Amino acid sequence: MTSNVRESNNPLHGLGALTSRELIKWFKNPVVFVLTVLQPIIWMGLLGKGINIGGIFAAGHFPPLTLTPPATPQQLLQISSYFGGLQSHVMMNVFGVTDYFSFLACGIVIFITLLATTYSSTSVVLDRRFGFIDKLLSTSVSKSVIVVSKIFASTLRALVQAFILISIAFLFGIKTGTNFSPLSILGTVAIVFLFGMGMSSIFIAVSLRSTRIETQSAFINFVTIPLMFASNAFFPVNLMPNWLQPVANANPTSYAVDAVRRFIIDSGGLSHLAVDFAFVGIFALIMTTISIVLSWRFLSK
Amino acid sequence: MTEDVIVVEGLTKIFNGGLVAVDHVSFTVKRGENFGFLGPNGAGKTTTIKMLTTILKPTEGRALILGNDVAKQKSSVKNLIGMLPQEYTADEDLTGYQNILLCAALYGVPKDTSKERALELLNLVELTAFKDKAVQTYSGGMRRRLELVCSLINSPKVLFLDEPTLGLDVQTRAATWDYLKTLKKEFGATLFLTTHYLEEADSLCNRVAIIDHGKIVTIGTPDDLKKGLGGDIITLSIQDATDISGIIEKIPRVKEVKRQDSTYRIKVEDGEETAPDIIEAVRTEGHKVVKLSLAKPTLDEVYMEFTGKSLREEEGSKVSVFRQRETMQKAEGRRM
Repeated sequence: MTSNVRESNNPLHGLGALTSRELIKWFKNPVVFVLTVLQPIIWMGLLGKGINIGGIFAAGHFPPLTLTPPATPQQLLQISSYFGGLQSHVMMNVFGVTDYFSFLACGIVIFITLLATTYSSTSVVLDRRFGFIDKLLSTSVSKSVIVVSKIFASTLRALVQAFILISIAFLFGIKTGTNFSPLSILGTVAIVFLFGMGMSSIFIAVSLRSTRIETQSAFINFVTIPLMFASNAFFPVNLMPNWLQPVANANPTSYAVDAVRRFIIDSGGLSHLAVDFAFVGIFALIMTTISIVLSWRFLSK
Repeated sequence: MTEDVIVVEGLTKIFNGGLVAVDHVSFTVKRGENFGFLGPNGAGKTTTIKMLTTILKPTEGRALILGNDVAKQKSSVKNLIGMLPQEYTADEDLTGYQNILLCAALYGVPKDTSKERALELLNLVELTAFKDKAVQTYSGGMRRRLELVCSLINSPKVLFLDEPTLGLDVQTRAATWDYLKTLKKEFGATLFLTTHYLEEADSLCNRVAIIDHGKIVTIGTPDDLKKGLGGDIITLSIQDATDISGIIEKIPRVKEVKRQDSTYRIKVEDGEETAPDIIEAVRTEGHKVVKLSLAKPTLDEVYMEFTGKSLREEEGSKVSVFRQRETMQKAEGRRM
């Protein structure tokens, strides 16, 4: 029988097939698929709606006010008006919006993206353990393509989850900014994509020579929670302690969250968005490059 | 003259920790041959196959596949070979058909022919009825058959099989050999396989190299290796206790006679030819033969002759297989 192999000089040979494999595996596993869809709903409901910071200022939480001598009706109206506006005043000053849910929902979009990208590292470990990586290395698929397919697949998973999350946020009543448009959704998708690429690359880089899921789990736990809390995802950076602020300002998560907020709840400024995109874009580029270069050296010996 | 498809000269692999997995191995494999690496777990079989399939970089020496250096012309080599790894690499979540199409895409088989080709291959290994079932529902033998045809999707000139029937039961193993023989007829590829099953080497290989501690200790056809031991063993018992060693030693093709009471262990060149001569000579001298048996040497005896160990002890030990994998992973610095 004659050979039916096409000589391939395409540097991206196998990228489509390997990325599709990852996505088919995801869809084919109903438990994993349903859980990844439910996860954003739970996060949004528990964190987004559960932590009702605005409620702290509700009048019912203050003790009854007794004035001596008694205030005039006009004075009472002034006092009532003052406390009535306190909530929205403080919320606007601290969070930039009048409800914490809208502020937090944007943070959770990036948080879910971060969690979804951790999948990439366990996927590399399992493929190495079951010999699939060795099989790939005996074909003309390049090491870079093996790594990039993993990055793409986990980023696409993250995008699907982020999109579901944004839809739920609208159902739960997120307050969009005055300049919000369908283009804002596209912008959000773009920043989620870049951030997902960067984070997937980090997780892949540390898993290139690993055969242990336990090591990856430990690394994921070590990295994800600090990355989220040392960012503006849940709380504004300018109200953090001085020592933590530089960390949050160097954290790409802060820039990704900031971009999502500017797109969805804030009219935002183009210059700020440019900074966000530049930071997250360079982060994605550097991390992807590092994981590709490491794959040349560490995917086999 | 038959072309050398694989040429290996002084191939050596030393891992970072200093473990010498393959130690200056040299051999050639001719076109159409089925060449086997027989050896215990940890002997260096998988490391050799990984170097020949470009997965691992040799530390010293060189290996050529149809004239292409495995270290310097990786992409040419990759276009000529197929590989069946030791592990089950078919994706459990995908169907058999999807798995073959994935392999086709990875090996660069054009899309317009890959679907037809996948169905053809599934038919060859009698998996057509299961093509749309997820691989996780397949038995071990079915998975191995699927992986076999996956490794042949690109019609390779050389097919590398690393422990092709590891972990399968005896019947499934024999069935897998039959499929392999059918596929060999269909594709005509040169086969290079590693195994620690003696029957597998005997059943599939034209030539065998016995490898131990990373070194080839002997090489030849299974028959030559067995003959090299000095021939067949005839065990003869006579009724009386007279020493007839002198009578037997005079018979042509008899190489060695050992006596224990009235039983003689006779090493001969050709057992079938020599046994009647022995019976006749013994009877002529007035002795009565009460028992005679003929034993052919096995590869296990060949292996024992060269390494001082029995391969049969290795066969059943699944634990040792996993230990070997762990050792190699550690040696390759993968564990983290």
